[in-house]
This record gives sequence, structure tokens and C-alpha cells, in this order.
Amino acid sequence: MKIFVCIKQVPDTETKMKISPDAASIDTTGVKWIINPYDEYAIEEAIKCRDASPGSQVFVLSAGPSKRVSESLRTALAMGADEGIVINAQESLDCFSTARALAEVITAEGGADLIFTGKLAIDDNASSVSQMLAELLKVPHATVVSKFAMSPEGLSAERDVEGGAKEVLALTAPAVIGANKGLNTPRYASLPGIMKAKKKVLKEIEFSSLNIPATDQKIRLSQFSLPLEKPAVKMIAGDSSAQAAELVKLLRDEAKAL
Amino acid sequence: MSKIFVFAEHKNGSLKRGAMELLQAAKKSGNSVVGMAVGAGAELAAKEMGHHGAQEVHVIKDAALNSYNPELFAAAISLVLEKTQPQVLLASATSLAKDLFPKIAARLKTGVASDCTELTISGDVVTAKKPLYSGKAFAAVSFENSSIKIVLMRPNQLPVAAADTTLSAQIVEHPMVAVPDLKTLIKEVVQGTSEKLDLTEANIVVSGGRGLKDANNFKLLNDLADVLGATVGASRAVVDAGWVPHGMQVGQTGKTVAPTLYIAVGISGAIQHLAGMSGSKVVVAINNDPAAPIFQKATYGIVGDLFDVVPKLTEEFKKALKH
Ligand SMILES: Cc1cc2nc3c(=O)[nH]c(=O)nc-3n(C[C@H](O)[C@H](O)[C@H](O)COP(=O)(O)OP(=O)(O)OC[C@H]3O[C@@H](n4cnc5c(N)ncnc54)[C@H](O)[C@@H]3O)c2cc1C
Ligand SMILES: Nc1ncnc2c1ncn2[C@@H]1O[C@H](COP(=O)(O)O)[C@@H](O)[C@H]1O
Repeated sequence: MKIFVCIKQVPDTETKMKISPDAASIDTTGVKWIINPYDEYAIEEAIKCRDASPGSQVFVLSAGPSKRVSESLRTALAMGADEGIVINAQESLDCFSTARALAEVITAEGGADLIFTGKLAIDDNASSVSQMLAELLKVPHATVVSKFAMSPEGLSAERDVEGGAKEVLALTAPAVIGANKGLNTPRYASLPGIMKAKKKVLKEIEFSSLNIPATDQKIRLSQFSLPLEKPAVKMIAGDSSAQAAELVKLLRDEAKAL
Repeated sequence: MSKIFVFAEHKNGSLKRGAMELLQAAKKSGNSVVGMAVGAGAELAAKEMGHHGAQEVHVIKDAALNSYNPELFAAAISLVLEKTQPQVLLASATSLAKDLFPKIAARLKTGVASDCTELTISGDVVTAKKPLYSGKAFAAVSFENSSIKIVLMRPNQLPVAAADTTLSAQIVEHPMVAVPDLKTLIKEVVQGTSEKLDLTEANIVVSGGRGLKDANNFKLLNDLADVLGATVGASRAVVDAGWVPHGMQVGQTGKTVAPTLYIAVGISGAIQHLAGMSGSKVVVAINNDPAAPIFQKATYGIVGDLFDVVPKLTEEFKKALKH
């Protein structure tokens, strides 16, 4: 089986965001980059599926500035993926162009038997690329998946929806599976894994060589801003009875939140 | 004038609040408003959409659309979009819509802006604002090369008007389209245990953290939430400890909530937790550590023992909400 995992590199969850002076982008100087947390579940699931069907291979694929994105691909190789592919592209690709690029490369590599992604990238908060990729490849998808199984009959995925409900889907392979937390526990890259990863193939493809038209850019982000500072907290003093009474009064009369 | 298409979700025919918000925004923009509802109860929902400003509502009542299947929904909606040719499509950023509309957007080669918190429509120029980096930054979203501009709005962001029963929509019914070679089957929909609104839709959220000490103590929060009609959330620490299911987690790797009132009980306020609730309008923090970072993000703070404060608060709310 050929299993592809699409991963995105994103700023670490602890990052304090800064905006460029012209407000046209995020200021990424000093940002620590990590693998999008949901994509770690995708990598883990791909490795598990590979190990369950001998002769399979896991390819990790990422579009972005190759210099830094390659580091995340190395980490994925150290976790156990077999081969990396970086699509060298500028940062401002939108979801559709990204999905187009991923689809082109997967097709050029001979196609996939199974594709894993994260349910959402925590930077652009789009939850779009997985479904777009599936549509472009004409395969089914399931996103926000917290349980996955593969059998000769096909694929089974459990998808988390509102109110704690779950939708259980049966899909034909190949399919795109968007991982949610809970799908598995991602392994860490071990020291031997890191050593081995250095020798694994990491191929680079130029985005421009994929001939994706400029009109595939559909969405543009501009006027970046930071959230408004909240006014200072009002601390409520007194014993617990007085505090409770005062809080209810403030919520009702001052904040009008009830 | 452009045509705005609102895809409305409903529960057995009664419209979700998010749909009413979008109809109101579409109506206010002065454009023509076309709606769509599907599945059991779609016709009832369509009538209600009329009362909220839709002039024409397309309905597919086929039972195949009673539960969400991405392939069937994409086929049904694409059909109606082809017939109606709108310039803008609005839907609430629910589990269903966030899964579905990127697929439709790719099929139609058009743009989709997911999870937006502000919406401006003037003529056929649509801009939205959306949170990035889990609410640590925002950006304006604009469309290019897009025949239909698809905007998915978070619920609870826009005002709703009361239903106006003097308004009504023309209802157009369609048969379900055939989808040959279906690759997705819905085997089962396992209902959640909670009858409450989902965290992402709730107007009041009460969240608990490790300060609660034990899973059983969530009862204190359930009691408070019952009085307030609130939904209960949690920090990751207590989800990881197995006290509550992951569906209750608020934060960077959980749900993003934007209620009017967020009450954080025994939660320290780690940056990943704040990421999920910073859109809340009023934040109350209850913590016995005056240095807990959550206080820096709170509107009102109470330093105290939650086991002492929360039951008293529940009693006070009971009294206050009686009149
Ligand atoms: C990649 C990544 C993603 C993450 N995603 C999330 C996420 O989505 N959501 C999330 O919540 N966290 C997330 N975290 C974890 C986060 O960093 C914190 O560890 C977590 O939020 C802490 O939970 P807590 O506030 O319940 O526990 P603690 O930090 O232990 O805080 C407990 C608080 O309770 C108070 N307390 C104790 N006893 C009492 C009492 N009797 N009365 C009143 N107060 C009391 C204490 O003073 C303390 O402030 C993530 C971390 C990482 C690295
Ligand atoms: N630039 C990218 N390169 C590779 N995979 C990506 C990229 N952007 C998004 N993805 C994948 O698509 C998922 C959803 O991302 P998004 O639609 O941006 O929220 C991510 O979790 C990744 O698995």
C-alpha cells in the first residue's frame, strides 16, 4: 500500500503572534515551527496502517517554504515515515491552491491507496484542504476522525460532531482521512529514528513546476490584527457568600450577560 | 443586486439560530435572498426561513438527506446552486458545513472562507473577518476568482430578528439527484448524551479544570449549568485524565467557543486553553491562586475555593433568575 500523509508546518502553540508593520502578514521572525498537532495523529495512523500491511510505505508531503518545512518532514521521517516530499512554495498559498498542489504531486507519484491529513491546521483554521484534496482526486473523505479501521471490505471511520455525537462512515479506498485528537497517541521521534531519518529520501518539488494557474488562488488574507486588549479584571472581594452575590449582581446589571 | 444563498440547518424543521442570523444579515444587505433546507422537516424549516426574510427556498425532502453524507449533500446542493446561480453562499460553521462546503468549493472551483466571525456584504463585494492561530490574530478575508463566494460564519456572532409571519417564501421542491458510484455510506449516527446546546453554539459555558480534583465533582458544574441553561466544558488536563470526554475540551486542540458568558472554574489559564475561549464576551474566573494567568483574561475574578464558591453561586443565580 502507498500511504500519503499531508502535514503542515505551523507556529508553536505557545507563540505570541506579532503583525508586520504594514498589517499585510504575520511577523514570523523568532517563531518556533512545529508540525500541526492534528497532523501528528495523521502520521501515527499512517505508520500503524503501514505496519499492519507488509510491503506498504508512508510518504509525508508538505507544501511551504522548503528550508523550514523540510525540518518538519525530517521529524515525520524520524517518527517512522519512509519518504518525504516538500513542495517549495511561498507562505501565502490558499487552501485550494494547496490542495491542487498536493493532488498533482500524489497523482504524479503514482497515486495513493490511503491519505491521512489533520482535521484542521491551527494557523489558518480552515479545515478545508482535506476535503478539497479528496474532491480533486475524486475519492471520498471523512474528517474529524477519532477512530479508524481498515479491512478487506473497505474503510471505517468514526467522525466527531456536535453535542458529543458520532457519525460512523464506511468508505471505499482510497480515501482522505482527517485526523482528530483521540485517534491514537502519536509516538515521539526516537534517537535511532532521528539517525535513520537523516538517510531517508527527502525530495523537493518546485510549486511553480506544477503549472497551477494563478486563478486557483481564491482567498486572500489582509489587514492582520491582534485581538483587542480586554479591560483590566475586576476582582471581587469578601467571603464566598458576598462574592457570589456581588458577581451575580455585576453580571446582571453591569455586564448584562444574563 | 446580487443573490445570496443561505443553506440552513434545522432540527426536525425548527431552524437553528445560526441560520436565522445569516438570513437576517442577507436580508439587511438589500440583496435577494434564496434559501435551501433538506431532509425531514425541510418544508417546515423553509416556511420559517420565509419569516426570516428568504424570498425563495429550495427544498429536497428525500430521506437520503436525513443524516449527513458528504457525497449526497454535495450533489444536492450543487444541483440547486446550478439552478439558482447565486453570487454569495452563507452557512453556519457547523461540523456539517465545515466538512461539506470545502468539497463543494473545490467542485465549483470557487473560494470558501471557513469559521468567520464578521461579515460585510455590500452589493456583490463580500468580506469577512476570521480568527487565525486560534484567536491570537485576525485577518480580513477577500475573494478572488470565485464565482460563488462561500462564507461559513460561526454561530452567535450576528443579531437575529424576531420571525415576521407577514413575510413568506416561495417554496420550490426538487427530487433528490441520483449519485451513481457512491463511495461513502453512513452506517450509524450515535447520538450524544447531552440534550444541551453544543459548546460551539452555547450562549453560556461553564468550564472546569484540574482544580475540581475528581471527575465526580463535575456535578458542581452541572448544577450551576442547569440553573443557567449553560453547556459544560473542560480543560485538556481533565480530558487527558479521563474525567470527561474529549468533546468537552475547550482550547487549541479542543473546541473554540464564543459565548456571551464563560465561567472558568479551577482552570489555570494556559495559553492553549485561552486560545479556545478568547472570543467570549464576558469571562468569569474562579481560582484559589491569585496569580493564576486566567485572571488576566477575565472580566470578573473571584479568588477562593471553588468547592465553597460554586454552590453559593448556583444558589445566587437561582434567586436572581427567578424574577
Ligand atoms: C500542543 C498543546 C495543545 C494543548 N491544547 C489544550 C487545549 O485545547 N485546551 C486546554 O485546556 N489545554 C490545552 N493544553 C494544555 C495546557 O497547556 C494546560 O496544561 C491545561 O490547560 C491545564 O489545565 P487546567 O487549567 O485544568 O490545570 P492546571 O493548570 O493544573 O490548573 C488547575 C487550576 O486549578 C486551581 N485550583 C486548584 N484547586 C482549586 C480550588 N479548590 N478552588 C479553586 N481553584 C483551584 C489551581 O490554582 C490552578 O490554577 C495543550 C497543551 C499543548 C502542549
Ligand atoms: N501546506 C500544506 N502542506 C501539506 N498539507 C497541508 C498543507 N496545508 C494543509 N494541509 C493538510 O490539510 C489539513 C487541514 O488544513 P486546513 O484546511 O488548512 O485547516 C492539515 O491538517 C494538513 O494535513
